[in-house]
Amino acid sequence: MSTVLQLDRISKSFGGILAVDDVSLTVQAGEIHAVTGENGAGKSTLMKIVAGMYRPDAGAVRFTGRRLAMIHQELLTFPDLTVAENICMGHEPSRWGWLDRPAMRREAAGLLARLGVSLNPSARMRHLSFAERQSVEIAKALGGHADLLIMDEPTSALSDREAELLFRIIGDLKQSGVAVIYISHRMAEIFRLADTITVLRDGRHIATRPAAELDEERLIALMVGRSLEPLGGLQKGVPGETVLEVSLPGIQFSLRAGEILGLAGLLGAGRSEAAAAVFGLVPTAGAHIRLAGRAVRIGSPAGALAHGIAMVTEDRKEYGFVPRMSVRENMTLSSLGRFAWGPVIRTRREAAAVEEQIRRFRVRAAGAGQAVRDLSGGNQQKIVIARALLTRPRVLILDEPTRGIDVGAKAEIYALIAGLAREGMAILLISSEMNEILSLSDRILVMREGAVSAELSPGRTTPEEILRYAMPN
Amino acid sequence: MEKPKIKSWPASLGLPVALAVLVAALSLARPNFLNLANLVNLVRQISINGILAVGVTYVLLTGGVDLSLGSVVALSGVAAACFAHPGQYPAIVPVAIGILAGAACGAANGLVVARGKVAPFIVTLGMMTAARGLALLVSGGRPVSNLAPGFTHIGSGNIAGVPEPILIFFFVALLSRVLLTNMRFGRYVYAVGGNENAALASGVPVRSVKMAAYTLCGALAGLAGVVLASRITTGQPNAGIGYELDAIAAVVIGGTSLNGGVGGVDGTILGALLMGVINNGLDLLNVSSYYQQVVKGLIIVGAVWLDRSKDR
Ligand SMILES: Nc1ncnc2c1ncn2[C@@H]1O[C@H](COP(=O)(O)OP(=O)(O)OP(=O)(O)O)[C@@H](O)[C@H]1O
Ligand SMILES: [Mg+2]
Repeated sequence: MSTVLQLDRISKSFGGILAVDDVSLTVQAGEIHAVTGENGAGKSTLMKIVAGMYRPDAGAVRFTGRRLAMIHQELLTFPDLTVAENICMGHEPSRWGWLDRPAMRREAAGLLARLGVSLNPSARMRHLSFAERQSVEIAKALGGHADLLIMDEPTSALSDREAELLFRIIGDLKQSGVAVIYISHRMAEIFRLADTITVLRDGRHIATRPAAELDEERLIALMVGRSLEPLGGLQKGVPGETVLEVSLPGIQFSLRAGEILGLAGLLGAGRSEAAAAVFGLVPTAGAHIRLAGRAVRIGSPAGALAHGIAMVTEDRKEYGFVPRMSVRENMTLSSLGRFAWGPVIRTRREAAAVEEQIRRFRVRAAGAGQAVRDLSGGNQQKIVIARALLTRPRVLILDEPTRGIDVGAKAEIYALIAGLAREGMAILLISSEMNEILSLSDRILVMREGAVSAELSPGRTTPEEILRYAMPN
Repeated sequence: MEKPKIKSWPASLGLPVALAVLVAALSLARPNFLNLANLVNLVRQISINGILAVGVTYVLLTGGVDLSLGSVVALSGVAAACFAHPGQYPAIVPVAIGILAGAACGAANGLVVARGKVAPFIVTLGMMTAARGLALLVSGGRPVSNLAPGFTHIGSGNIAGVPEPILIFFFVALLSRVLLTNMRFGRYVYAVGGNENAALASGVPVRSVKMAAYTLCGALAGLAGVVLASRITTGQPNAGIGYELDAIAAVVIGGTSLNGGVGGVDGTILGALLMGVINNGLDLLNVSSYYQQVVKGLIIVGAVWLDRSKDR
C-alpha cells in the first residue's frame, strides 16, 4: 500500500493554548483512519492544518495524492448559491468555457440520490436545514474525485438511514483506493468503518492502533485518560400537569411537566421546523400554542423566552452564538435581565453564574473571556446549552443537543436532561440518534414529510418500528 | 491568533503609539504645535468630528452605516438657529430642538432599516439628500444668523478654562463608553452586529436595538450640529458636507469593524484624535489643502491596513 499522507511532528498553538502538540500520523491509500478524542482535543485543528487552512508552528505535512477534499464540522457552504453550484464548486462542468448548468444539476442530483437525500439542485442553500446542508457538503466532497477525504463529524445531524448510505459510499471509495480520515464522536460508526484509530488528548498523540485491537471501552479510556463510570439507567421524572399544547398543520402534541417527548424522523421530516415554529423563530401561519391551558401568541424568540420556553437550535453557528463575543457574554445573552439592575449589568453576579456553568459543563476554554469562535465545536455546543438553561425555562426545546459532543460530556448531558425533567421541566427532544431518543424519551413522536405519523412508547417500540413510520411511503 | 476579549480594545498599542509618534514628530518640526492656543484649537476642531464619530460607532457596531450625518448636522444647526435669535428663548430651547431634529432623522433611518429591512447604505443615503433639502427649506437657502450670545457661548465659551465643545465631547464619549460596556443595551448592540440571527434566537430585541442605535446616532449628530452652529454663529444649510466620511474614518481607524460586532468608543476617541492631529499638523506644515486631502486619504487606508494585517 502507498502512503497518501504523512504528518511529521506537527504543532500548533493559538495564543497561549497548545491545540496540537507534536503529532505524527501516516495514512495509506484505501485506509479508513478514524481520529478520535474529547472535545477540544485538537482533531479539527489538525485537519485544518492538513487541508492548508492553518500553517503549523512546527512539523511538516507530506501529501502525495493529487486532490484532497474536506467536510468541515461547521460547514463552509455558500448560502446564496444553489445546491448544484455548491456541490460543483471548484470542479464546475463546462463547455467552451461556459458553465454547463444542466450537467451541473445532473451531477448534483446524482450525488444526492446516492446519499439518499431528495433535494432540489436548484434550491438556494440559505433555505435548507443544517442537516440538508451537511449532505450537500458531503456530496460536494464526494464529487471532487479526491484521493484523500477528510470528514470532520459528517453525520452529526444525519439520521441512521442517511448515515448508513454514507457508510456504503465510504466503503466503495475505500475499495477504489481513496484514503479517508474520519472524525466522529459516535462509537458505533468508528468501529463500523475504521481500519485504524488514532487517539488525541489535549493536543497530544496518545495512540494509533488497528481498530481490531480496540473495543469501545478501551477506546474511551484512551480518549479520556481514565475510565468512565458506566451510565446507569437514567432516573427520569414523573410527568405532571400539561404545560404545553401545540397545534400546527399536521402536527399536534402536548407536553407535561417533567416529561421528555422525543421527536424522531428522517432528515427533512420537519422536526426542526416544528420546533422553530413553537419557539417563534419562524413565524408560522396556523400555529396554536397553549401554555398551562392559556392560549398564547408567540411572535418571536423573545416572546417565547418571556413565556418560559427556551431552545437549543440545531444550527449553532448560524443561530447559536455570537462568534466574536466571549464565553461569558454569550452564556448570559438570553438572561441578562437576571444579571442586571435595571439597565446596568451586574458584572460580578454575571461572572459567578458563568463560572458555575463552565464548571458544570467542563468547558475547555482559556477563560470566560475567550471568544466563542475560538472554542472547539463541542465546547461551543456546551455554551449554547448553558445559555438556554440560564433562562430557567419551564419548557426546553433541544434540537440535536449532543451534536458534536464527546462521549464523556454526552453522558453528562443525558444525566443533566434527565435531571431537569425530574425537577419538573418539560422537554421536547429532537435527535437523529436513535439511542438518544430511545433512552431519554417518555414518549416518542415520529414525523414524516411534515406531519406526525405515529406516537410510540420507548419501552414497547424498536428502532425498526420507528424507522418504518419515518420512511416516506 | 486573535485577542481573546472584544471589550479590551484597544488591546493593540498600535494606535496610541502612532499618535504619540506623530505628536512628537510634529512638536519637533513645529514647536508652536504644542502652544496652548494651538492645542485648544486642535481639540476644539476634533470635538465635532468626535461627537459624530461616537454616534456613528453605535450604528457601525450593529453592522449598519449612517451616511446622513453631514446633512443632519446642517438641518439641526439650522433648526436650532431659528429658535436662537436674541430675546426669543433661553439657550436650552434651541439646543433641545437641534438634538430632537437629529434624533428624529435617526429614528426615521432606524425605522426603515429595522422594520423595512432596507440596506442601511440606501436608507441613509436617502436621508442624506432629504435632510439637506429640509435644511435648505427651513432656512430658505440662506444662513440663519443674528444668534443670541447665550447660544453662541456653547461653541466659543469656556468652563473653568476648558472650551465647552471639548467638555461636551468628553461627556458624550464617557457616557457612551458606559452605555456600551456596562449596560444591557451595549451588550445587545454587539450581539446584533456580531450575529443577528443568534441575537434574535437568544431573545435580543433586535429591531428595538437597531432603532435605538440609529436614533442615538442621529441625536448626537443633532448635538454636533448645535455645537457647530453656535461656533460659527450661524445656522448654515450648507454646513457639514462630507462630515459623515470623516466620522466613519475615525471609527474605523479606531478599530471598529465595518461588519459590526467588534470595536468600541475607546478606539473611536483615539481615531478622532489621530485624524485631528493629522489635519492640524498638515496645516502647521503649510501643506496645500489639495495635498492635504491626498495625504489624509492615504493615511486612512494605511492605518486600517496596518491594523488589519495583524489579524492574519
Ligand atoms: N482559532 C482559534 N483560536 C484560539 N484557540 C483555538 C482556535 N481554534 C481552536 N482553538 C483551541 O484549540 C483546541 C483544539 O480545538 P479543536 O477544534 O481542534 O478541537 P476538536 O478536537 O476538533 O474538538 P471537538 O470534538 O469539540 O470538535 C481547543 O482548546 C480550542 O479552544
Ligand atoms: Mg472539531
